Amino acid sequence: MEEDFKPGEPVIEVRDLYKSFGDLHVLQGVNLTVNKGENMVVLGRSGTGKSVLIKIMIGLLKQDRGDCIVLGKEVSQQEGNDLRDLRLKIGFSFQNSALYDSMTVRENLEFPLVRNIPNLTRAQIDEQVEYVLDAVGLLQTINQVPAELSGGQRKRIGIARTLILKPEIMLYDEPTAGLDPITCLEINQLINEVKEKYQTTSIIITHDLTCARETGDRIAMLLDGKFLKTGTFEEVFDTDEERIKSFYDYNFIQ
Amino acid sequence: MSANKKQFVYSKSLDNALLAVYDAYVFFIRFFREVFRGRMEFQEIVRQCYAIGNRSLLLISLTGFITGMVFTKQSRPSLSEFGATSWLPSLVAIAIVRALAPLVTALISAGKIGSSIGAELGSMRVTEQIDAMEVSAVNPFKFLVVTRVLACTIAIPVLMFYCSLVSLLGAFLNVTLNEGTSFIAFFENAFEQITFLDIWTSVAKAIAYGFTIGIVGSYQGYNASKGTEGVGKAANSAVVTSMFLIFIEEVIIVQVSNYFRI
Repeated sequence: MEEDFKPGEPVIEVRDLYKSFGDLHVLQGVNLTVNKGENMVVLGRSGTGKSVLIKIMIGLLKQDRGDCIVLGKEVSQQEGNDLRDLRLKIGFSFQNSALYDSMTVRENLEFPLVRNIPNLTRAQIDEQVEYVLDAVGLLQTINQVPAELSGGQRKRIGIARTLILKPEIMLYDEPTAGLDPITCLEINQLINEVKEKYQTTSIIITHDLTCARETGDRIAMLLDGKFLKTGTFEEVFDTDEERIKSFYDYNFIQ
Repeated sequence: MSANKKQFVYSKSLDNALLAVYDAYVFFIRFFREVFRGRMEFQEIVRQCYAIGNRSLLLISLTGFITGMVFTKQSRPSLSEFGATSWLPSLVAIAIVRALAPLVTALISAGKIGSSIGAELGSMRVTEQIDAMEVSAVNPFKFLVVTRVLACTIAIPVLMFYCSLVSLLGAFLNVTLNEGTSFIAFFENAFEQITFLDIWTSVAKAIAYGFTIGIVGSYQGYNASKGTEGVGKAANSAVVTSMFLIFIEEVIIVQVSNYFRI
């Protein structure tokens, strides 16, 4: 039975989540709730387990302990077709875009579409590919290969590839990492446009404060394997907590 | 110190070796499970077959031709001692069909195709392209591994037949230059001693070698880690491991086929 979530209802619930890699304890009792329709930004320094958290949410990694419930289902318990169905509702934008470099932009976008929605006609495939490419403003790159694209374009195509399956949830892993400030602003704008146009709930993993302020309805500050503070941008950074202040100051100086 | 030692059942290296064998076994079993599950990627199999043929045709042509020619040249002195140079075409044909063509094809393919599969899948693994397929609800094992293994298993027997033909042409060139034997006489003589068992054994060998090259290359690439270093390691291990397994399979198949010979 499919659950229908109303705006404001929690679609992602993380409870007391632990994950270690050998002796490295990355997540140590993480709790997080993301409500339908909101953009949640997970902020933190590199290596604090932000990407690990969203990889657990999509079933690429399994937690050692705790619950990770996405759209009413415990992700670690999903297998086979159940996991496939859940993944169809979640879009994952990789830090390095992860475009298939042997395929053109068109083939990159068609790849998940034709394999998940069989019996589409050529015209329907073309229409959907062109629609999402237009949504990310890169229709002119349709016949190019990833090697011919800039970093910002690759990010956009990566986002388009996830949008083609019309996900309910978007997970962005460092969407602005390695991009120039202007392209970062364009990506931030795109994230907000995706939310409006596709009515998605999003988690944005970043260490970029501008991205966090521009895209986040709420911010969760991940430090030492736990969320230190959650709230609006102002609520999180209006604090005397030394570690949060130093993170803010460092970003400001940068 | 003692707490660390307790983490291993035997020793660190032995535990790792056993785990690697178990991983390979799970990968092998998964291949057979996935072959019959879900939609078959025929287009990708055809594309891979073409890529395999295209990549190795020139190299196989050259090595096959040289092997046939050199083997004939090296065999002549021994046969001429007994005045049996007329047996040269059938001797060379038996050697080529039974052993040389399957081995030359397999070794060239292990180097050319095995390393390329290892490097390609390894690079896809470290750049998260395989994860990207998985999160798009596409089965990367079916699309990447099953297609490549099947393509190798289909294409390498075809290449083996081609290699046999080219090797025989190399042998013919040497024979005709030295003994003046005609094309028809050479091939009549050559095929006189070849039996169906020889051909089927060679086909069985080529299928086994093709499967080995495909599965080993895919296993190494699919499980690559540690960035670019891992990609190089995957390509290298794909070649070394498949060559080693090819020789083991050669011994086993020869033993089994000899059992059927009267």
